[in-house]
Parts: sequence; structure tokens; C-alpha cells
Amino acid sequence: MAEPVAVPDAVRRRRFPARFLLLPPVAALGLVFLHPLALVLWQSVSPNGGGHSFAAYTDVFAQAAFRDALRNTVLIAVGATAGALVLGFFLALVIAFVPFPGGKAIGRFIDIFLSFPSFLITLALLFVYGSTGMANGLWTGATGAARGPFDFLHTPWGVLLAEITYFTPFVMRPLLGAFSQLETAQLDVAASLGARAPRIVRQVVLPEALPSLAAGGSLVLVMCLNEFGIVLFTGAKGVTTLPVLVHSKAILDGDYTGACVVAVVNIALSLALYGLYRTLTTRMEGDRRARA
Amino acid sequence: MLVHSRRTRRALQAAFLALFLPVFALPFLVVVTASLATRWSGVLPSGATLDHYRAVAHADALDALTTSVLTAVTASVLALVTGTWAALAARGSRLRRAIEVLFVLPVAVPSVVVGLSLLVAFSKPPFLLNGTSTIVVLAHAVLVTAFAHQSVTAALDRLDPAYEQAAASLGASPLRVLVRVKVPLLLPSLSAAAGLCFALSMGELSATMMLYPPDWVPLPVKVFAATDRGALFPGAALAVLLMATTLLVLLAVSRIRTKAAHR
Repeated sequence: MAEPVAVPDAVRRRRFPARFLLLPPVAALGLVFLHPLALVLWQSVSPNGGGHSFAAYTDVFAQAAFRDALRNTVLIAVGATAGALVLGFFLALVIAFVPFPGGKAIGRFIDIFLSFPSFLITLALLFVYGSTGMANGLWTGATGAARGPFDFLHTPWGVLLAEITYFTPFVMRPLLGAFSQLETAQLDVAASLGARAPRIVRQVVLPEALPSLAAGGSLVLVMCLNEFGIVLFTGAKGVTTLPVLVHSKAILDGDYTGACVVAVVNIALSLALYGLYRTLTTRMEGDRRARA
Repeated sequence: MLVHSRRTRRALQAAFLALFLPVFALPFLVVVTASLATRWSGVLPSGATLDHYRAVAHADALDALTTSVLTAVTASVLALVTGTWAALAARGSRLRRAIEVLFVLPVAVPSVVVGLSLLVAFSKPPFLLNGTSTIVVLAHAVLVTAFAHQSVTAALDRLDPAYEQAAASLGASPLRVLVRVKVPLLLPSLSAAAGLCFALSMGELSATMMLYPPDWVPLPVKVFAATDRGALFPGAALAVLLMATTLLVLLAVSRIRTKAAHR
């Protein structure tokens, strides 16, 4: 066994407080984030009458409104993620591999797009497909009908369209990163061996893009599960998702225990998926390091 | 190059534009155009007017803008300080992974639930913050800290340790190394993180809807209130105000960044 190496005093003095330096930010986060979350969990098992029970859970699970919200949330999130993946893959593919005037500008535009709030999309869709909007105006102008045919904004389809629009850039960004690392020589070799574009995409590009597709997709899935602004702005009474249910239970009904139960379910769903996302991205980073 | 035939390339580019423009560029264009109109029941809106903007300049919309900017600036500063501190302190520590997971957690938790949790925690003494502007600022800070922490951590990973080692070997104290070496080197990423935090906080609606008191109404809530009562066109003007402010700040921040990078 090797002799223990003597740590110089100066180094030890400098290392020692390092762990204590972590305390203030962690304490701050604990006070305003972790502790409140724990209280939400606590409140969900503490009905108003006092004592502790899972009665609130049985209550909430029995409500049709909750089951509808859960189903809506999952279906819309899965649908929006699938849509964003397909659309994002195609758009990123064209930007990266089909030379394009102004492709750089589009990259910057995407960055700006990502920093705008989601509800702007719904607001815009109201002008395009709303009852007095552009599309319906076109229709009534052309046919003379009293009302246009587009009336889907207040249904789950409206939410789905808005979410696909808003979340597609979140898929495109990691994809563009992955594509920029792809050797174009690989594509040229494949092409010179006689592979046509669809085959190159399927056998060369897609395998390379798979990790970033998975990572982007699970991030978008989590964000869709948590999305509130888009659903709120559609103003659809028929479309309730879990975050909307949390809001209406707590603020409109004043039922904190019920809201906490729904919140716990929502957190569990999102955290499980977020864990998956982190695992995928960590593995991706590991792969990249291994290759480099 | 993936596609060699010129015709296919044209077709792909056309398909791209046909998807990209309506889906991504149109929303902003539509909101901006609508803010200048009184009616929209055709291809183009009608009744060009600046009334909505005049209303914005007079009414309490400016209050909402001030509220939003104050909230966003305070929350961004809090998030940057906490996130940077944690990133710096966790560097090289065995707790690093745990800290990263902890600080990224607020992204995974629904914003509405972050709002609810603050309501539950701070509605009774000794921490009675419910109904104050502080609780809104706190919520925003919690939500954007993850982004500040992430970008500073990434920047620290790219930082060449030789600089600080050189400074330390020349006898500079850790504090001096931090202030004179690390922070200046981190400045570009810090300003980028600041811009992102500001933008996200300006547009935050979910947690704010759970928490805002009547005397602290940020701009997104105002936009929602307008569209909810059917005032779509004034709502669009408010939304343009929100986008323009965010863009201006992002632009200013990116100018600072280029300057810092050139130095």
C-alpha cells in the first residue's frame, strides 16, 4: 500500500469549505422548492377534517373529470410529441442536408422562437382558425355560407396543433446539432454506392439521429404533460388536462387537498419521463465522449 | 449532399417552406398584424388602426409591463446568483451529479405545481407571502434557476483550468481568482443565461396564474385576461408589447456578449 500523501495545509484549507459553500444555494432551493413540494405531498394525504388518509386520492380518482383530464393529458402529449418528432425530423433534415439560402437565419429564428411563451401560438391560431378568423373568412367569402367549416380550436385537435407548432423547434435543435456532426463523406459514399436518398436517410442518417430524437422527444413529452398556457388560451371547456385541473381545483374551487392530489399524479408522471430523458441524454453524452 | 437531382431539391425546399413558414413564421406575423386591425374576417385583416397601441400607452398595460420587467429582472438576478454559486461550488465536488439533478428538477415539475406548492407553503405564518409580489418573483426565480445553472455548468466544463491554476500559483486568493479570472471568463455564458432567464420569466404564465395578487399583474396575465373577455385585438397589441420587450433585451444581451467575447 502506498504511503498516504500529505496534503499541504494551504490546499486542505482551500478544500475544506468547498462543501460548505454548497450550502447556501441548496438551502435556498430547499426553502422555496423542495420544502413546498414536500408540503404538497403532505397536504394530499391530509384531508380538511384532520388526520391522515388516502381518502382524497380515492375521491379524486373516482371523479370523471380527473379521469378525463388524465386521458386528455396523456393522449395530447403523446400525439403532440409524435407530431413534433416527424415534423422536426423532416425540417431539420432539409435545413442540414439540402443546401438552402438563409439556413443560418432559420437557426437563429428557432432560438428566438424557443424563448417566446407558448400561449402566443394559441393566440395566433385564434386569428387564423377562430370563428371569425382568416380561414373561416376565406370560406364564407368564397361560398357565401354563413359560417366557416373550421371549428376545431376549442377541441383537443386545436390544442394538439398548437403544441406541435410550439414544441417542434425543441426537437429540431438537438437534431441540427447531431446532423452537424455527421460526416457528409458518409452520405457521399452511400450515394456513390448507389443508395438513393430515402435509403440514405433510413440507413445512415436515422441511426445517427436516433439518440437526439429520443432525447428531444422525451423532453417534449414532459413539456407537453406540463403545458398549461396553450390549453388555458384555447378556452376549451371540453379540454381539461392535469395542470388545468390543478389550477381550477385550487383557484376556482379552493379545494387545496384535491389540487394537491392531482399535482402529485402530474409530478409522478413527469418525473418518471424526465428520468428517462436524463438517462437517454447522459448515455448520448457518454457515447459522444467514447467516440471522441 | 443528400439530393442530387435539382428537381427533387426544389420540391423538398418548396415542401420545407410550405411547412416552415405557415407553422412557425405565420403565428408572429398574424399577431403583429392583428394588433393593427379592428376586424379579421378575410384573407387580410381590415380596419387599420393604432387604437390598440394608444390604449396600451394610456391604460394599465404599462403598469403590467413594468411589473413584468421588474419580476423578470429580479428573478433572473436571483436565479443567476443561485445557479452560478451552485455550479461553482459543485465543480470538482463529489456531490456534483446530485447538485445537477437537484437544480434541474424544477424543469421537470409542472410550473402550475410549482405555483401550487408555493401557495401551500407560504399561505400561513411565519412565512405569509401569499398575495404579495414576492411570491410571484420567487416562483419565477425557481422556474428559471435550472436554465441559469445548466448554462453556467456547461460553460465551466469548457473552461480551461490552466487560467485559474496559473492565477492561484501566483498567489491569488480563491476569491481573487473568482472575481478576476473565472467570472470574466464566464461573462459571455452568464449574459446568455441572463437573456434566457429574462425571456422565460417575461413569458411565464402557468405559475403566475396560480399566484398573482391584484396589485402585481404581469403582462402575460393581462394578455390572457384580454383574450378571455373576447378582446382579441387589444390582446394582440399587448402580446406584441411583450414580444418586442423580450426581443430588445435579448438583442442588448447578445451585444454585451459579443463585446465580452472580443475582449
